[in-house]
Amino acid sequence: MGCSSSSTENKKSEKVVKAALVIQNWYRGYRARLKARQHYALTIFQSIEYADEQGQMQLSNFFTFMLENFTPSRKEDPALVSRLFETTFQDIKDRRDYVGLIDVPDSYEGPRLEFPLTFTDIGQLLEAFKQQQILHAHYVLGVLFETRKLLKQMPNFTHVKTSPSKEITVCGDLHGKLDDLFLIFYKNGLPSGNNPYVFNGDFVDRGSNSIEVLMILLVSFLVYPNDLHLNRGNHEDFMMNMRYGFTREILNKYKLHGKKILQILEEVYTLLPIGTIIDNEILVIHGGISESTDLNLLHRLERSKMRSVLMPPVSINKDNATDLKKSKMGITLTAPGRVRSSDLSSEQLSKHEWEQIVDILWSDPRGRKGCYPNTSRGGGCYFGPDVTSKVLNKYQLKMLIRSHECKHDGYEICHDGKVITIFSASNYYEEGSNRGAYIRLGCGMNPRFFQYRVTSSTCMSPLHHRVHAMENSAIRILKERIISRKTDLMHAFQLRDHSRSGKISIAQWAFSMESILGLNLPWRSLSSRLVNIDKSGNVDYMSSFQDVHIEKPVKEVHSTLIETLYRYRSDLQIIFNVIDSDHSGMISMEEFRTMWKLFRTHYSVDIDDSQVDALANTMDLNKDGSIDFNEFLKAFYVVHKYEKLSTSEAS
Amino acid sequence: MAEDKDREELALAEFHKKIKEAFEVFDHESNNTVDVREIGTIIRSLGCCPSEGELHDLLAEVEEEEPTGYIRYEKFLPVMTKVLQERRYRPIPEDVLLRAFEVLDFAKRGFLTKEELVKFMTEEGEPFSQEEMEEMLSAAIDPESNSINYKEYITMMVIDEN
Repeated sequence: MGCSSSSTENKKSEKVVKAALVIQNWYRGYRARLKARQHYALTIFQSIEYADEQGQMQLSNFFTFMLENFTPSRKEDPALVSRLFETTFQDIKDRRDYVGLIDVPDSYEGPRLEFPLTFTDIGQLLEAFKQQQILHAHYVLGVLFETRKLLKQMPNFTHVKTSPSKEITVCGDLHGKLDDLFLIFYKNGLPSGNNPYVFNGDFVDRGSNSIEVLMILLVSFLVYPNDLHLNRGNHEDFMMNMRYGFTREILNKYKLHGKKILQILEEVYTLLPIGTIIDNEILVIHGGISESTDLNLLHRLERSKMRSVLMPPVSINKDNATDLKKSKMGITLTAPGRVRSSDLSSEQLSKHEWEQIVDILWSDPRGRKGCYPNTSRGGGCYFGPDVTSKVLNKYQLKMLIRSHECKHDGYEICHDGKVITIFSASNYYEEGSNRGAYIRLGCGMNPRFFQYRVTSSTCMSPLHHRVHAMENSAIRILKERIISRKTDLMHAFQLRDHSRSGKISIAQWAFSMESILGLNLPWRSLSSRLVNIDKSGNVDYMSSFQDVHIEKPVKEVHSTLIETLYRYRSDLQIIFNVIDSDHSGMISMEEFRTMWKLFRTHYSVDIDDSQVDALANTMDLNKDGSIDFNEFLKAFYVVHKYEKLSTSEAS
Repeated sequence: MAEDKDREELALAEFHKKIKEAFEVFDHESNNTVDVREIGTIIRSLGCCPSEGELHDLLAEVEEEEPTGYIRYEKFLPVMTKVLQERRYRPIPEDVLLRAFEVLDFAKRGFLTKEELVKFMTEEGEPFSQEEMEEMLSAAIDPESNSINYKEYITMMVIDEN
């Protein structure tokens, strides 16, 4: 107990405390920076996703532009125009005739469903998909036909009641992630009379098991039509599927019957209900609302006429029903076999009705008051808390549950507790990007949230591994964006580089990147991963393009052409797919040229038609006057310098 | 003189832009507020390393008179700008960090056992939460020896950040 020994002890423990403080301080800083990097990566994924959707909506303008500037005649008009004018679904025969024409061979080892379906079929399907089997086209079509029949009887909004003994579960976007659906059923039980579900749209696209997810949901719906509720999402749209992967998945998995499946799927989408209303208090819809949302109108309109967000109603000139005429307002049709202009109006939704649905499927809530066009996505609007209050009050509702946006924790509450976003596809952008969640609701009770994450490993990798993977993935797609705008970016950089030193300030670099790419990202925070910065804080702007280049399919082609084709790759993909109405993968060179001319005019692309023509010919993709457009588009891809060859090919 | 002033203004503008970027990433509703629980992350992501105690004091400066659970950008910006201009809460240099580990390594073996690390981190200084402790262990501990070779660990972390 002597003074000296206790003072050395005190000194020692003081040193220990100090050391501990240093380590804790450092670790907390490091951990926070990791979390911030994770959020930056998420922001990159989201911005690019929405910018893509915006591009998608611009395509809609292109189609409208085409329709308004084209004089159709039987001989000359491209398949594209007639396809866009098609307002009635092809005469798909009765199920018996159609499905019956497809045989299931004895050698087929996959699941065999028996109509009328029962809960054993659900179990069978789940088991089979866990074994990665593929459901035979015969059954896929059978399910789609039965679904179409049943959905036709259902109203635009499903009204549901809960009770203390019967809670309902609401799930958000699944996007073809089968593992998430398995996990939900594992944690929350299979759908049944006592365990009702609402699936709030976006079942398909992006993930690799869209058809399996869709089949499970539709089969469950057929077995429990009063307890399994499906809402249409913006991806339940045949044109969106062309761009975001579902069309490709079907054509790959069902080489023989894929086209038939796509045809009937298109119609089934239009029959999906617009929303669900729970206990007359909670509105469940995929996207959101606008200040003009009219639930009464939405209840009344004919939802089956809403074919695609890229096919707005065509305006008609009623006065000249018997002439072929080009007019500023629109086009008149008379060619026999085509729908007459007087019929056209009854075959389409009014512009107002169409916009009402687009708002429901595409809008996003934001903190700012009011209602503004959703410029990120190019469709629907941003709605503020005042809009929410106004619309909910108008229809005596208490809450809005929606999906449509990926949230880090699987769900998010905003607008004073009145709006809940629920998102059920975990690891949506990348392993570790976000959790998925679902909500359980019982009458009178507060909603309960359940979160989860699908992991391929048995234990989670350390935080920095996950952040790394996510970050690398995000930076990769950002760099692809950057290289696709190289010419415009260089121009912007050089404009600011008065001394021709090859360097500009960080502020100038950030400003150029943001204005050219149109992406609202934390450029300064990301700069260290995108460019070389010297000691005085100046950016070597050419380093924005290092390590990445677009592969030239043919040496003699001009870089600008390559860049442009790469940039509009997705839009071209859709246009080609629409022209190729029989899904053969080929269009004629004639159609290709016509379409390119129109495209170039509308998008103000400064490239000579002859260049594109020469390119298509040189690539020699086909000698019989047709072009295999998938091969054509695949030829434009970005090579990342430090990646292995197998991962550098275009998706 | 005028040039100096210009440079100062430019530097200030740059600080503001940096702070805005870091703030916006956590502003989920795009209404210029963030959850108070994210402030520590935001400040640290800007390169500062305040202790928990210092963070607490900073929070007091940016919170509303009646705490709402949210911090507004208008209050955060001036406080954070001063922090950056005064270069407060500088990060820990690598060698200081190494020496701290060496202090805890009484027997000078070059490593700490898992139990020792947990004891120090959860009982001394500004103790870790369970989540913080688990996260550090998942990356730091070598499962075979159940210990942390702190020199290697530090080197790995430094590489990861750069």
